[in-house]
Amino acid sequence: MRLNVATRKGLFTLVRSADGWQVEDHSFPGDPVTMTLWDPRDRSLYAALKLGHYGPKLQRREAGGEWQEAAAPAMPPEQENGAVTELSPGQENTSVTELWALECAGSEAGDLWCGTLPGALFRSRDAGASWQMNQALWDHPGRQQWFGGGADEPAIHSICVHPHKPAEVVVGVSVGGVWQSDDDGGSWRNIAQGMRAAYVPEEQQFDADVQDPHLVVRCAGQPEVLWSQHHNGIFRRAAVGADWEEITTAPLSSFGFAVAVHPSDPARAWFLPAISDECRIPVDAALVVNRTRDAGASFESLRRGLPQQHAYDLVFRHALAIDDSGEILAFGSTCGGLWLSEDGGEQWQDLGLRLPPVYCVRFAG
Amino acid sequence: MAFRVQVRFTPQLRRFVEAPEPEVHADTPRAALEAVFADEPRLRSYLLDDQGELRQHVALFVDGKLLRKAEDLDRELEQECEIHFMQALSGG
Repeated sequence: MRLNVATRKGLFTLVRSADGWQVEDHSFPGDPVTMTLWDPRDRSLYAALKLGHYGPKLQRREAGGEWQEAAAPAMPPEQENGAVTELSPGQENTSVTELWALECAGSEAGDLWCGTLPGALFRSRDAGASWQMNQALWDHPGRQQWFGGGADEPAIHSICVHPHKPAEVVVGVSVGGVWQSDDDGGSWRNIAQGMRAAYVPEEQQFDADVQDPHLVVRCAGQPEVLWSQHHNGIFRRAAVGADWEEITTAPLSSFGFAVAVHPSDPARAWFLPAISDECRIPVDAALVVNRTRDAGASFESLRRGLPQQHAYDLVFRHALAIDDSGEILAFGSTCGGLWLSEDGGEQWQDLGLRLPPVYCVRFAG
Repeated sequence: MAFRVQVRFTPQLRRFVEAPEPEVHADTPRAALEAVFADEPRLRSYLLDDQGELRQHVALFVDGKLLRKAEDLDRELEQECEIHFMQALSGG
């Protein structure tokens, strides 16, 4: 088993050996890697780079091979795209500046979804050799309501493909709600009903278009269940067509970025609470994982093995991962810490690294 | 009117991509770039964004003079010159 860790200064791959977890490889030293994806269909590894001077790039490495540059998703030129490239308020250009979400689209090798900043969705059917923007989402009138959150422009950070019906895709937008397509991206609707936004005037708080889900994840074994760590709370959608339900029982804080859901038990989920929103450090400078095993009716705050004094680690939205067994979790922080648990979060192991700021953590085969 | 142009690139680019430095004939900095892209198409996305504009943190010099405006990429050249595409100090 391997663990890929995308950081401000390259992509680290750790491998589990008899001596524990060791760094096996460091690719792209010095370059920001905003997302990584290990694709089990063809055993290739992807790394999305955000070069400070030269823009977003996508790299792909086949099993046993060398890194090779693929194409990065790019916006169609404005003049060819006519009125449909009209910008949302606050958007200043239509050039992709960051690749932020990358997922396998279905069972065919090379079929990929990519979410970008600014908020657009792209599809590749040739392992990143070429990309097409999803026009239906870009043209949706609701997109005009999206706005920046954290970044100046809206962005797509979550892509949840139904494991058995890959034409059913859910994407999360900061800031713009949660969107679902049932026809492989041919049409979209906002399904953020029930989410609450505390940062807009009261009469707009339940508008689907103003919701800021920091991350949306789907339970693989019960795919109708979605969890979201939202800007001002934790939300769960229990069934197709149901409204999101706000979970208010999390101790310490319900602010954070990351969420992981158990691959087969939709009632089990993990969160990294932080003091909201202006502060963004752990409560009492003690690093804690909040876990629920009963769909949010109750939580435990797990601390064993985590620093409990002067810890200022924030965990970004893609930096918490769970493996296919649901027992092994790992997360990395803005301070370059990396922790791993092999018992569902009861006990955490500090992997003893001082990494660059961590953007994304994902398990690989 | 086209002039003889010596194109130069920051050596930093060669960490990522081939960046040949031919002498070309061009009437604008953009035309000079396009002549280079014809032989090295991967270089395009490193210097220009999706809309064909110079990337925010790439600096354009014509005969040692820093040109700062977006439209300078399409400014008519006035004489034989050397054009440098450098890495801005911002953006790292």
